[in-house]
Amino acid sequence: MDNFSKEEQLQQLSEIRSLMERSSRFISLSGLSGVSAGFTALIGSAIAYWRIEIHTSAAGGYSRYSQYTNSLLLELIFIAIGILVLALSFGAFFTLRESKKQGQSIWDKSSQQLLGSLLIPLVTGGLFCLLLLEHGILGMIAPATLIFYGLALVNASKYTLNDIRSLGFCQIILGLLNAKFMVVGNGILFWTIGFGIMHIVYGIYMHYKYK
Amino acid sequence: MIENLNKVFESRVRLGIMSILMVNEWVEFKALKGLLKVTDGNLASHLSALEKKELLLVHKEFVGKKPRTTYNATAEGRSLFKKHLSALEALINKEK
Repeated sequence: MDNFSKEEQLQQLSEIRSLMERSSRFISLSGLSGVSAGFTALIGSAIAYWRIEIHTSAAGGYSRYSQYTNSLLLELIFIAIGILVLALSFGAFFTLRESKKQGQSIWDKSSQQLLGSLLIPLVTGGLFCLLLLEHGILGMIAPATLIFYGLALVNASKYTLNDIRSLGFCQIILGLLNAKFMVVGNGILFWTIGFGIMHIVYGIYMHYKYK
Repeated sequence: MIENLNKVFESRVRLGIMSILMVNEWVEFKALKGLLKVTDGNLASHLSALEKKELLLVHKEFVGKKPRTTYNATAEGRSLFKKHLSALEALINKEK
């Protein structure tokens, strides 16, 4: 070992660390995917808010969930799906770009584990929200999406950048607060904070941290 | 401290193999090859050297008709590698 120079030893250590990270975690998440998901959510919330206003004011002011007609609900569901698809496509685009930069394969054991640990709480949450919709418990849908999304992030943080964990906890707390202070029209506000603003703040933070 | 530096790990490939096995349970040959960017023959010779010293376990199985070889660090391998790392770190700190 004496014949190794200090630079070589330092380089060995950094290579060891990089191999440990690259082989066990999917680290090619880009902060920009967070920012783009956040903006998509903001635009989506604005459209949803506007549609709700139009529908409920036509029905005579006061918004109550009982006034939400099936056509409005259908519109809201389509808006939600649209946001999801857009946010995922932006996310996939930036992640793909980042993984090329990092030299990490997009489809290896770590990314599969990441996806699996994300999907279990997310799919459960999605099905649960459909059941809430079926039973007409509309006020609980926004809190449930936030809580299950938060749980998915905490669960997935084992297989990716650790920072995702605290974002998950923030979403869970926000969801619980929303469930506690459930007033008609409140959901969209919490939803905008959680999926919109928090993603943007977090994305910017991550982007500069890992640049 | 210096005596903890282990001759077995005096190679970039072996250091790499052990680093990956420290943080993963079972790792496939192909995955190791992809991460370390070395040739099959080179990787295989280092793996068998580590296996001879009982620092890692080899597991061979068939998935359908394809053979699959996976590797796992032994307790002995883990503890020696940890000692080697601390020694490396101490050496660098001393030279600062």
